[in-house]
Amino acid sequence: MARTIVITSGKGGVGKTTTSAALAMGLAQRGHRTVVIDFDVGLRNLDLIMGCERRVVYDFINVINGESNINQALIRDKRCDSLYVLPASQTRDKDALTKEGVGKVLEDLGKSFDYIVCDSPAGIEHGAHMAMYYADDAVVVTNPEVSSVRDSDRMLGILSSKSRRAEQNQPPIREYLLLTRYSPERVAKGEMLSVGDVREILSLDLLGVIPESKAVLTASNSGVPVIMDQESDAGQAYSDAVARYLGEDLPHRFLEIKKKGFFSRMLGG
Amino acid sequence: MGLLDLFRSHRNKGTAAIAKERLQILVAHDRATRNQPSYLPQLQRELLEVIRKYVDVDMNSISVNYEQDETREVLELNIVLPEVAASKGS
Repeated sequence: MARTIVITSGKGGVGKTTTSAALAMGLAQRGHRTVVIDFDVGLRNLDLIMGCERRVVYDFINVINGESNINQALIRDKRCDSLYVLPASQTRDKDALTKEGVGKVLEDLGKSFDYIVCDSPAGIEHGAHMAMYYADDAVVVTNPEVSSVRDSDRMLGILSSKSRRAEQNQPPIREYLLLTRYSPERVAKGEMLSVGDVREILSLDLLGVIPESKAVLTASNSGVPVIMDQESDAGQAYSDAVARYLGEDLPHRFLEIKKKGFFSRMLGG
Repeated sequence: MGLLDLFRSHRNKGTAAIAKERLQILVAHDRATRNQPSYLPQLQRELLEVIRKYVDVDMNSISVNYEQDETREVLELNIVLPEVAASKGS
């Protein structure tokens, strides 16, 4: 039985796709057979972040419509054998994602994968609804900023009432908070909501805190999930988040201002 | 409170504290309305119509609150009646 994880937020631009790519790669690197699906029909980007944009032939909608089979549409990652990407359609209407169609594809994937990571589009419309509907777990990606926190809370309400688990009175979706673009310097100055503040407002289990990092942009420039940059703080923070998701109890890092020594400054660390 | 105090309290309370306070109020309000039954706004409207047949109250003087805890649900109806002289009939 595969576990289906939705990466969601409500608000756009907070790091859902970056997180989807990183968590999927992290799970796969630990030997779990993992597929990551782009639900953002019309605005696909996961393929770019994963660096497989030139290998897209068939997409999620083609599979739903029976125009290709699932194996034709899955793209195997060149860096990690147990990772596959299912891209979104760039041209179709988002209504092509039907509840039955999505359910069928997820059921098929569940036979051969351990984890199915669903990269949700922003907003609370159809695509976002489809991405979360079948989820077992939800990672709510939030920036320490008022509109993002509010939208995350709204999304939590939707997860607890509009999912299949809610409709069928099954145990609820396990919800985790992933705080991204965190700046300990600004928190110390009282300019940014702290981890504690956001946890208190949303009352969620904290999966990880990803510091604001140049590594995220440089990784996306070259189509490499940032988790593969283990030199970077963001890459290490994502690794920790994957470990926590799998049940390890790790302390949260990168919450304090890092004191830069002479050498680290010279080496650009 | 002296000028110095003003300066200090402004410094201690960064904008993050304001953000937290605003969010706590907002989220509490959102959650309260999220869990309430969907018939509540219509119930409020219809109750008001009935009450208005007898007493001249306006929309703002009636509030319907719904609360839920583990063992019970409470539907609370609060109507502020106008001064006696303003009431119809009698």
